[in-house]
Amino acid sequence: MRPEELLRPAPQGLYCPPGDFYIDPVRPVARALITHGHADHARAGHGAVLATRHTLEIMAIRYGADFTKSRQVAEFGRAVSMNGVTVTFHPAGHVLGSAQIAVEKDGTRIVASGDYKRLADPTAETFEPVACDVFITEATFALPVFRHPSPSAEIAKLLASLRDFPDRAHLVGVYALGKAQRVIRLLRDNGWDRPIYIHGSLKALCDYYEGAGIALGELRPATVETLLKGAYGGEIVLGPPSAFNSPWVRRFPDPLIAFASGWMQIRQRMKQRGVELPLIISDHCDWDELTATIRDTGAPEIWVTHGREEALVRWCELNQLRARPLHLVGYEDEVE
Amino acid sequence: MRAFADLLERLVLTPSRNRKVELLAHYFRDRPDPDRGLGLAAITRDLDLPSVKPGLIRQLASEVTDEVLFALSYDYVGDLAETVALIWPSQADDGEAEITLEQVVETLANASRSQAPAALRRLLDTLGPSERYALIKLASGGLRIGVSARLAKQALADFGGKPVAEIEELWHGLKPPYRELFAWLEGRAQKPVSAAAAPFRPVMLSNALEERDTALITPDDYVAEWKWDGIRVQAVAEAGVRRIYSRTGDDISAAFPDVLEAMVFEGAIDGELLVGAPGDPESGTGTFSDLQQRLNRKSVSARELAKYPAFIRAYDLLVDDGEDLRALPLMDRRARLEAFVSGRDLARLDLSQLLEFESFEDLVALRADPPHAVIEGLMLKRRDAPYVPGRPKGPWFKWKRDPHTVDAVLMYAQRGHGKRSGYYSDFTFGVWRGADGASELVPVGKAYFGFTDAELKSLDKFVRDNTIERFGPVRSVRAEAGHGLVLEIAFEGLNRSSRHKSGVAMRFPRISRIRWDKPPGEADRLETLEALL
Ligand SMILES: [Zn+2]
Ligand SMILES: [Zn+2]
Repeated sequence: MRPEELLRPAPQGLYCPPGDFYIDPVRPVARALITHGHADHARAGHGAVLATRHTLEIMAIRYGADFTKSRQVAEFGRAVSMNGVTVTFHPAGHVLGSAQIAVEKDGTRIVASGDYKRLADPTAETFEPVACDVFITEATFALPVFRHPSPSAEIAKLLASLRDFPDRAHLVGVYALGKAQRVIRLLRDNGWDRPIYIHGSLKALCDYYEGAGIALGELRPATVETLLKGAYGGEIVLGPPSAFNSPWVRRFPDPLIAFASGWMQIRQRMKQRGVELPLIISDHCDWDELTATIRDTGAPEIWVTHGREEALVRWCELNQLRARPLHLVGYEDEVE
Repeated sequence: MRAFADLLERLVLTPSRNRKVELLAHYFRDRPDPDRGLGLAAITRDLDLPSVKPGLIRQLASEVTDEVLFALSYDYVGDLAETVALIWPSQADDGEAEITLEQVVETLANASRSQAPAALRRLLDTLGPSERYALIKLASGGLRIGVSARLAKQALADFGGKPVAEIEELWHGLKPPYRELFAWLEGRAQKPVSAAAAPFRPVMLSNALEERDTALITPDDYVAEWKWDGIRVQAVAEAGVRRIYSRTGDDISAAFPDVLEAMVFEGAIDGELLVGAPGDPESGTGTFSDLQQRLNRKSVSARELAKYPAFIRAYDLLVDDGEDLRALPLMDRRARLEAFVSGRDLARLDLSQLLEFESFEDLVALRADPPHAVIEGLMLKRRDAPYVPGRPKGPWFKWKRDPHTVDAVLMYAQRGHGKRSGYYSDFTFGVWRGADGASELVPVGKAYFGFTDAELKSLDKFVRDNTIERFGPVRSVRAEAGHGLVLEIAFEGLNRSSRHKSGVAMRFPRISRIRWDKPPGEADRLETLEALL
């Protein structure tokens, strides 16, 4: 079977004609396979959803229990047949429950990676390279300027700043799913055992990670009452990016604004966000990891989506790999 | 190199002046000699390194990366040094190489033109990404990080617990890496003896006159002078060395060769640098636009020298032929100044006049109607006051003219930093232009102060409720004849500007009142502003 017959871009998302399902559709469809719980990949209102147990539960937390009419749990590594197409989920290492989806029929196998990362992360299942004929890779940080430093070194920067400015609350911008829990876990693993204060919107997912066996230590709500006691000096407070443009920030006297994201490698981005302390901590692969992964899969053909497609296609050409951009719409590269 | 790279990044990203001072003081505390002194010199731009052209940096990058990938990256990042620093194919992390700033500076200083590419390549290979960025900025002379020499000196003062005036006075006799300065600041050595010829003397500054001070101002106790809106300078000629300093002690001699050449005296004069012909203040003094042609320039062309000659209007004499006059009362210094000037043929110098007055009402009248556009008010100085560095309360007052005001319409708002993050606190405003029926708003300036915290809240709310479009941290707001917000803007003056769409640029604009009551259609027109030019 030609790969284009097995999977092709459609306005709703990546479509599999023989299996009659979509992967990460951006509009409601009858049957959706979902790689992970980030809002631009996982949407409510589908007829049926096949995803990992964690992804299904995260979707229920975000959208309510009735986010889909019917649902089915995909176990990592266990094949599911859909109208004669074999579908297998494999860990993607991006956030808890995130998966690559392998789609196979008549000896042709395509792997849709969703979002993925290769760095070790105790808050997500470890990425597994899957041999395939076509590898569909994301390209969020697909420029050779993106080379993420070790997350521990970035956390060390935050801890050094806390020592340097012990009177200032350190507000760290983090996305609610994945980044928040990873930053907390990194802080714990680097010796920060004080309570960590969190914005209300982070609580549900932090609780969920705890329940899934990922210890986050003592988390406290960042409330006004705590503020009145003047207790935020020298403490770490986590909030979602949206809170940094809202009155929430104003309750902290003289805060130091930090932001944990792969985008923090670019000075213009730091300035745009008014960040004083950039922390380059990413849920995605950097350039070297993207290109290494492409090699690891052994795929002779690469489809590129979700970000800076042009550069990765160019790299494939330089390395004698067939490659083309997929031009899927509806995925935000800001959210990572 | 790691510490220096970190310092640069933090300085660039820290909006607050006090925090920058603090970061620098921490750097001086934590780094050994000579690194801290070299870092300081790099920031104050006193580090003399042969500069590497951007072309060479690009060429080095093209040797190690694919051209298309480089172009895509540069396009995305927007800064050459940053692109090269990030894309350089080295696995080194910041801090890994343990190369000191001293080693980097030495390498750059000693490499000949032909050796420079190889030396740079070696350093790029061994340093981590932030360090590579600092290296390229250092090597290409592009260290623009929003830190003035004045701020760096304040950090030194804080670090050593000394008055900043003492550091300013010493500064020009010192050379990187300033070992003797740090030794003194740490209490390990005596204060260095100023070795410089023609050193800077920290200047005396004035306070704004307030209502309660007016009773003090009598002709018996005070003299009055025009406050000219030029640049405050100190012209020093001693032992064959001539220098012109700004009020913060920066040596700006290179920009004013015409004045420097005419400094045929032995002493130190405090005065205002202006453009035009010295002598008759009313006809001779040039406009503020003329002065603009000579400001903020590192060097000056023969044409500009001829067209916009500069001179100093002197109002104080600090040193007369080796004799320090600063402890004398003002009127004694004034007498010495008059004798000093009249006894010499000083082509690019004249005297600031003392203004006649009998009562405070006379001063009110003078201030209301000054004879020249470049006068921004009155200076009132106590007759018996010695010359004291800093801003002592009482001996010198400035009393500026009331600012101009204009009613303008809020067009854009940008989010603030630091304490104001979360608020829309930088406001771009415009006035109407074009014929009735086809009028459009044209931006004329930007203001980010002049309002209370409570007013900021209501401005912020207005912006949020009336947003039309967002671009990053900026929002455009509804601004139509029938719907929008009028701001009364106060400003000190107006310049012609080809960089602004409106053709005018305001000096020191601030929001003096929020006109919730006024419909935008009744705001001022551009012609009103043009009439002020
Ligand atoms: Zn994602
Ligand atoms: Zn994504």
